[in-house]
Amino acid sequence: MAKITIDGISYQVDEGQNLLQACLSLGLDLPYFCWHPALGSVGACRQCALIQYQNEDDQRGRLVMSCMTPVGEGQILSINAENAVNFRAGVIETLMTNHPHDCPVCEEGGECHLQDMTVMSGHHQRRYEGQKRTFNNQNLGPCIGHEMNRCITCYRCLRYYRDYAGGEDLHAMASRNKIYFGRFQDGTLESEFSGNLVEVCPTGVFTDKTLSRDYSRKWDLQCAPSVCVHCSLGCNTSPGERYGRLKRVQNRYNNEVNGHFLCDRGRFGYDFVNHNERPLQPSIVNNDAKKEISSQDAISALQAKLSDDSICWIGIGSPRATLESNLALQRLVGAERFFSGLNRQDEAINQSLLKLMRSGHGETVSMQQAEQADAILILGEDITNTAPRLALSVRQAVRAAGRAKAEAIGIPAWQDQAVQIAGQDAHHPLYLSQSHTSKLDGLAKETFLGTPTEQARLGFAIAHAICPDAPPVSGLTKAQSALAEDIAKDLIKAKNPLLISGASYGCLAIIEATEQILAALSKVRKQSLPWLTLVFKECNSLGLALLNHRGQENCLDDAFQIASHSASNGGKKIAAVILENDLYQRAGTESVDQFFAALVDSVVIDYLPSSTLDKAEMVLPAASFAESQGVIVNNEARGQMLFPVYPGKGEIKMAWQWLHLVAPQTNKALADFADARSALQACLQAEPMLAALESVLVDPDLRYKGMKIARMSPRSSGRTAMLAQVSVHEPKQTVDNESALAFTMEGVPFTAMAAGQPSGGLMPFSWYPGWNSNQSIHKFLQEVGGPVKGAAAGVRLSLHSHPDLNTEWVEPPKKPRGKADHLLLLTTAQIFGSDELSVLSPAIAERSKPAQLSLHPEDANAFNIKADDLVQVSFDHHHIQLSVVIQSEQAKRVALISDTTPELKGHSEAWIKVRSLGTNPVIVSDRRENDV
Amino acid sequence: MADSKTRATDISYEKPLTGMIRSDRSPLNLKDYRQQGGYQGLEKALKSMSPNQVLDEVKASNLRGRGGAGFPAGLKWSFMPRDDNAPRPRYLVCNSDEMEPGTFKDRLLMEGNPHQLIEGMACTAYALGAEIAFIFLRDEYAVAAANINHALKEAYDAGYLGSNMLGSAFSLELHLHTSAGRYICGEETALINSLEGKRANPRAKPPFPQVSGLFGQPTVVNNCETLCNIGHIIAKGADWFKSLGRGDDSGTKIMGVTGNVKRTGLWELPMGTPIRELFEGCAGGMIEGYEMRGFLPGGASTDFLLPEHLDLAFDYDVIGKAGSRMGTASLIILDDHTCPVAMVKNLTHFFAQESCGWCTPCRDGLPWSEQLLDKIERGEGTMEDLDTLAWQCQFMGPGNTFCALAPGAAEPIQSALKYFREDFERHINEGCCPWH
Repeated sequence: MAKITIDGISYQVDEGQNLLQACLSLGLDLPYFCWHPALGSVGACRQCALIQYQNEDDQRGRLVMSCMTPVGEGQILSINAENAVNFRAGVIETLMTNHPHDCPVCEEGGECHLQDMTVMSGHHQRRYEGQKRTFNNQNLGPCIGHEMNRCITCYRCLRYYRDYAGGEDLHAMASRNKIYFGRFQDGTLESEFSGNLVEVCPTGVFTDKTLSRDYSRKWDLQCAPSVCVHCSLGCNTSPGERYGRLKRVQNRYNNEVNGHFLCDRGRFGYDFVNHNERPLQPSIVNNDAKKEISSQDAISALQAKLSDDSICWIGIGSPRATLESNLALQRLVGAERFFSGLNRQDEAINQSLLKLMRSGHGETVSMQQAEQADAILILGEDITNTAPRLALSVRQAVRAAGRAKAEAIGIPAWQDQAVQIAGQDAHHPLYLSQSHTSKLDGLAKETFLGTPTEQARLGFAIAHAICPDAPPVSGLTKAQSALAEDIAKDLIKAKNPLLISGASYGCLAIIEATEQILAALSKVRKQSLPWLTLVFKECNSLGLALLNHRGQENCLDDAFQIASHSASNGGKKIAAVILENDLYQRAGTESVDQFFAALVDSVVIDYLPSSTLDKAEMVLPAASFAESQGVIVNNEARGQMLFPVYPGKGEIKMAWQWLHLVAPQTNKALADFADARSALQACLQAEPMLAALESVLVDPDLRYKGMKIARMSPRSSGRTAMLAQVSVHEPKQTVDNESALAFTMEGVPFTAMAAGQPSGGLMPFSWYPGWNSNQSIHKFLQEVGGPVKGAAAGVRLSLHSHPDLNTEWVEPPKKPRGKADHLLLLTTAQIFGSDELSVLSPAIAERSKPAQLSLHPEDANAFNIKADDLVQVSFDHHHIQLSVVIQSEQAKRVALISDTTPELKGHSEAWIKVRSLGTNPVIVSDRRENDV
Repeated sequence: MADSKTRATDISYEKPLTGMIRSDRSPLNLKDYRQQGGYQGLEKALKSMSPNQVLDEVKASNLRGRGGAGFPAGLKWSFMPRDDNAPRPRYLVCNSDEMEPGTFKDRLLMEGNPHQLIEGMACTAYALGAEIAFIFLRDEYAVAAANINHALKEAYDAGYLGSNMLGSAFSLELHLHTSAGRYICGEETALINSLEGKRANPRAKPPFPQVSGLFGQPTVVNNCETLCNIGHIIAKGADWFKSLGRGDDSGTKIMGVTGNVKRTGLWELPMGTPIRELFEGCAGGMIEGYEMRGFLPGGASTDFLLPEHLDLAFDYDVIGKAGSRMGTASLIILDDHTCPVAMVKNLTHFFAQESCGWCTPCRDGLPWSEQLLDKIERGEGTMEDLDTLAWQCQFMGPGNTFCALAPGAAEPIQSALKYFREDFERHINEGCCPWH
């Protein structure tokens, strides 16, 4: 700690940081542009100047840039000295000479860091009378708008996009006051993390196109703390709504999870909530026709059906539904009749991932911790496509080697440019094992390409290379053995070795191999446990596994068997309640069709149109994440509460509410589900591993001066007029009984709450007086880069590790033997496309690629397939026609096809035949058009 | 003291830097250079001196950087880690991106005697333990590039460069890099970025290049003229070098004059020579009918001085005390037929064009200054504009910007406002430029 004096007041601050960080952490207002809490300092904008005095007698002092000046013991400083104030106003006045002052028509207006800093600096009279420069803007794709005239050249976009996120298609072009940030030519920004530009840009150069399309000001948006549902990482978000439409998703800072950044799937995938075919009213099938009915009728009808003793009701749960909803369904049908809603393979993988997390061989780490890893092995997971935000963290971990190199010559970690110069290409070792090329390849020390079994064998070989007690792997090539040795050496040497693996190949041997490596490392290293991050397929996969881990034979395939068995053997009639699940995404069309045929009745509670919904005898409209309160458990077993952003339209209810309402009066097990708090309490009582969720049980009666926290800013406008075409009488706003948050603007701003009795997890959006942009976040943090003040709405569960789960060495899988004339089909995950929810958002759909078959040149040769061919892929009874890519950066004897292909649902591995159908007519006609 | 009518070229001052250069400026080849005593410094250094002795000799010579800032060269070198554990590779870079308006001294040195630069660099690299060196050359200097390339080949063939130079344990790879042409590349850290293939934006200091420079390795960047002195200092000793100066500073300096003088050109004169000897003795004073009103003493980015300053000794500290900078010692003369506002506007246009665009005061401040000067020059200015200009000069001052470009650019503006204020006011009061 160092003592510094700012404007006559003494403070104790941490050494090692810069003065800007220190001032902001102290809650002082000091304007800045080019500094960013995640990007560090470069000293370009000169906005954060303050005066430093040599000693107490020094009256003049010296202007220094606070972001470039390290904290030092005894420093005497002034933010308010006249020459500092004048200089900062001068910086604004100067950089505004080319700004178009188009705030009224700018999407950033009202949450613009440039507006905030201009007001803060006190510059209000313009002296510049000359012309302003004008640029041509670019079409950067469906997600990001571009208006370069607003640019103040802080360079944050470039530093984020290229240096931090590894993007290559954004450049600074030209020089002086004509610097242009853009692509060489129009086109969609290639990075999966491009959406963060919207928040990184301090003004309206990069804006959210999905918001612009149907625009509202920040102060008019209703927001709530939420959690992303598009992969298993559980990034914290702040979605915004107006007029009953979800309009955008912004990052909600959580220093342990997503920090300041989201991936594009998470940011732009929200639009499925606004789908115009969403069920809003309960419906039943009557004489083969769908008929909407009232909620009351639906409840009575279903209550009667559920009370019918001649029918055995089973429940199909969901990895995208909350804990509360899954448990409510379990309670409704009884645990023995509850099925996970995953096919057998996915269920087995989920349970084995859970078992691995509980084995005690490795310490499961958050994304923030992952950034501290100094050697990483990613075994069988293409995280850029399956857990994108984690790829951004891995990138930071790899880059951190440069920081270590810089620190050795006295350069502090925050001095971003100098760190990069000193670090140059220094990388912590990253090893990738995958079946095809990935976006992280460029960072990797080495990449192994192979089939899942080959990858698992490499993993076993690494374990053996680490600890000779682990069984050896026979039949490896020399190169494979050498690679295993290299990886083993780097993992042993590292202070914090990290293993990343997961569910995407559906390969148990890969998970076993991961466990073997962890066990070997624990045995050899002794000191600290190696680190582990496992990737699940969906947002609450782990939560579902936790509710379902005690039973046997309780996956979707088991439900199928029971139904068909009962139908064919004349057993008790089977009916099913299906929770937030499109079964056609989980299993082949035929088996799902057979399942429905065997059921005497079916109820689907979901929020999206789907083939499953079409099959249901009764549909109950469920709330999506944006209208729900409940807990989902992310991949690191962090239980996080999400809150409804706005009341659902029509008869939408949260699934657990429906289940509570339809439960027959004889079923007391659902009595607990009368409100959200009791529902969650029921969850943590039901499963001891959920006990830690006690801490996210926020008291719904929490009040500040008798008031709740408003989901909107007090400046929100036009509410009285919103429904004026219906009635001039403003209706009573919906009351939220489930939390301390109030719908719309009644209540106090979260800011007031933070000052008094903070509850960090309840922050609907980041706003602070004078800080309208998301940069206001530092006002709510214990320190810059630190945790949010007050209790978070999330907690790491303790997954009771168990010695029984600590398996002994396992024999590695045998060298796989190919099937003559066949290729192994592997499905590949797509960041834009694989997730069934986000792909319904137009911006994501536009960025998804059509499915293709990808072959190694040797295999293409063997099957006589050329690059322009149309290829027929045959397996089971299916024949699909696909265009083909031939690339050497993929495993041999393998056919890769995007998992978005409908025919492949429920098939993750199969032996297939491929046959050329001749030149692809589509490609040829495309070419002809291009030639013209 | 020389007669003011005498051409300084006739005076028998020792001219180590230009003495060998032929009047037609055709380059000396290796044989000619050696015949005139060339490469004796390098042979002495490699055969009989330790790197530390070379460094100490340069330190003792009190050679100050000839690029404009006048930082002692030996001191600069001493910041480079040179012990056995110091990082490798280490780099030496010659800054030949000579783009200061009115300055063309390095061009003469490189075109006329490239071996002198190579010898200086080889001695310097030996002192620093640098195994790789670059000459970063202004793109337009095509003749210099050809001459250097020829000399490099000769030097490699003769063992003055390459592995185990002159049979010693020391090896040096010396490369010529022709720049893409930006004024900012003369700023040493921007030069390094450019050499790495990055945008030519300056870097934050600290860390200084001696600690983390080219590709993050220890690097020394010296001006071409500075490096050309090194071989002579090693060959003849620090005391000889110190004795060359007439004032406090050591050695000679190539000084230039441009403007409406009788003879524009370059002359090598002892440090501390009175400016009048350069202006009247060498350049022959103003041509008939022209009066000098003032001059920029060290290139475009220095403050104006007045005729009354002509008797000052041309030394770093003397000129500094008079309120300007010695810079590159290249006089640009303002005469009474030229509008000072137009002249300053022209210079400001150059600096605004050459801003790299990294920091706000320079990127957006200089075009604004240019706009104001243009407005005043067109007779549309106001007295408030003069206040704004004065404020801008302060705003772009040293310490407020990321590098020295904008503070340098502000120097002619602020001194013009000081010395030629009545001319600015006449533009405003008369509503037009009095020179038009």
